[in-house]
Amino acid sequence: METILTVNHLTKKFGYLTAVKDLSFTIEKGNVYGILGPNGSGKSTTLGIILNVVNRTSGDFSWFDGNTSTHEALKKVGAIIERPNFYPYMTAIQNLKLVCKIKEVPETKIQEKLELVGLWDRRNSKFKTYSLGMKQRLAIASALLNDPEILILDEPTNGLDPQGIHQIREIIKTIAGQGTTILLASHLLDEVEKVCSHVVILRKGENLYSGPVDSMLASHGFFELRCQDMEQLKSLLEKNASFGKIENFNGTLTAYLKEEMDAVTLNKMLFEKGIVLSHLVKRKESLEEQFLTLTKNN
Amino acid sequence: MLRLLHIEFIKLWNNRASKVLIIAYFVLLTSIALIAAIKFDIGPVQFHLADQGIFNFPYIWHFNTFVTALFKLFLAIVIVSMMSNEYSNKTIKQNLIDGLSKKEFILSKVLTVVSFALISTVFVFVVSMILGLAYSDYNELSIIFSDLEFLPAFFFKLVGFFSFCLFLGILVKRSAFALGFLILWTILEQVVFGLLGWKVMSWDAARTVKDFFPLQSMSNLIKEPFTRLSAVQNIGQQIGEDMKFDYHVYWYEFLIVFIWTAIFIYLSYALLKKRDL
Repeated sequence: METILTVNHLTKKFGYLTAVKDLSFTIEKGNVYGILGPNGSGKSTTLGIILNVVNRTSGDFSWFDGNTSTHEALKKVGAIIERPNFYPYMTAIQNLKLVCKIKEVPETKIQEKLELVGLWDRRNSKFKTYSLGMKQRLAIASALLNDPEILILDEPTNGLDPQGIHQIREIIKTIAGQGTTILLASHLLDEVEKVCSHVVILRKGENLYSGPVDSMLASHGFFELRCQDMEQLKSLLEKNASFGKIENFNGTLTAYLKEEMDAVTLNKMLFEKGIVLSHLVKRKESLEEQFLTLTKNN
Repeated sequence: MLRLLHIEFIKLWNNRASKVLIIAYFVLLTSIALIAAIKFDIGPVQFHLADQGIFNFPYIWHFNTFVTALFKLFLAIVIVSMMSNEYSNKTIKQNLIDGLSKKEFILSKVLTVVSFALISTVFVFVVSMILGLAYSDYNELSIIFSDLEFLPAFFFKLVGFFSFCLFLGILVKRSAFALGFLILWTILEQVVFGLLGWKVMSWDAARTVKDFFPLQSMSNLIKEPFTRLSAVQNIGQQIGEDMKFDYHVYWYEFLIVFIWTAIFIYLSYALLKKRDL
């Protein structure tokens, strides 16, 4: 696997406050990463450090093979941080031409990228006349101008209306589909769940977990069950060693698995014991549930 | 280097306010020629300013560089706002993320400032040359090309002043406050000079100290040219005032301004490097 970014024991202090504490993780080529964490957990600070706008207190990070300077490396990176920042008095085209000059890439990609985000028709409007959704889309177009090795997005849907959120997500999915490595910071978990294969979870600047989404909790999922005689079902499951915690909530029994078992096996087993289910669903904990479990227990 | 200049050019030229101010500045530089048109013709009193010798070589080098340097305030506004707007639009953050290093960022601003000063100097040279050839009483080559040190003095004065503006723009981050600070600083230099001379040391010593202040050192480069005019000299002699001032530009005056310029540029860089954006 080709490494895109390595972060080693990164620490950032703002006075007495430690925003990022001894953080380490690596980003491999081709994956879609999510950085998760509540507000103020150090997501933006971490991105700020690797993007050369925030100074680190200690630790280090290196881009690609570690031989390029940060600002040279950033020319191969596309990044959007919080709010889109452009020159308000310049048009979309003029702003993008400026970015091309900074990134030292030819201006030939401008049309393609503006079309991708649906702004080609408004290319000659000044940036200050754009709505927030359009500004955010222009920021994405700008980040893609150099066909980056990695796209870094910090809360890309913050403050947008549902339509705008949907548009941005579609664009992200399209880009992810093209095999671009993506690093997405967000506190919106369903957003991350929909696109990310790997996550880094932060709380108060500390790394709680980093790795694939699937192995975040050593969990085998759970069953949601309903039948005529709930009491009998419950006592039966409690005797079975495969199940751990069993909860009865609003007439639905939730049984957490301690080891792998598929729905067919369970259904067959219960039927043989004379229990006919009216409702059977096997689910994994959603990212949100896993996230809350992780951040609570630690 | 050209890339950095081009980046800055795109930023400035697409901003209407900056464009208007820059054009106004260069129009004003040219308009110094209009002084030649000042003519009073009231009965027996006939006065034509161009005939008073202000366009005589080599005096014209001194006069024009002094007068045009007053217009530098226009460019000061442009420079302060080109720096502080990067902060208020947060585009400085985006520039860095896009792959401009902090060094390149400062360098692009410094290069712009130096180009402004250089173009102004060339402009003043050309305008003065034309005016001189038209009105000067002396047209010998050796006279035309004497006292040319006022041109480099003009250049250094502008570069120094503009670097100060750059630094203020970075320090204060708001263009209006930065310009206010510039005015405050001008007053402050005089106040400190006054306090030094009044309480701390002799007036002569205070004057020497004052010559090391940034704005004072820049204005020392080109001293006021009016008392050098023969008409003014004549009046002075009649009222018995001795008006023998030293108008020359000295190497140590260059040095002081050069050191201030280096300090301002370095401080701008250090400030940018230290700050979290």
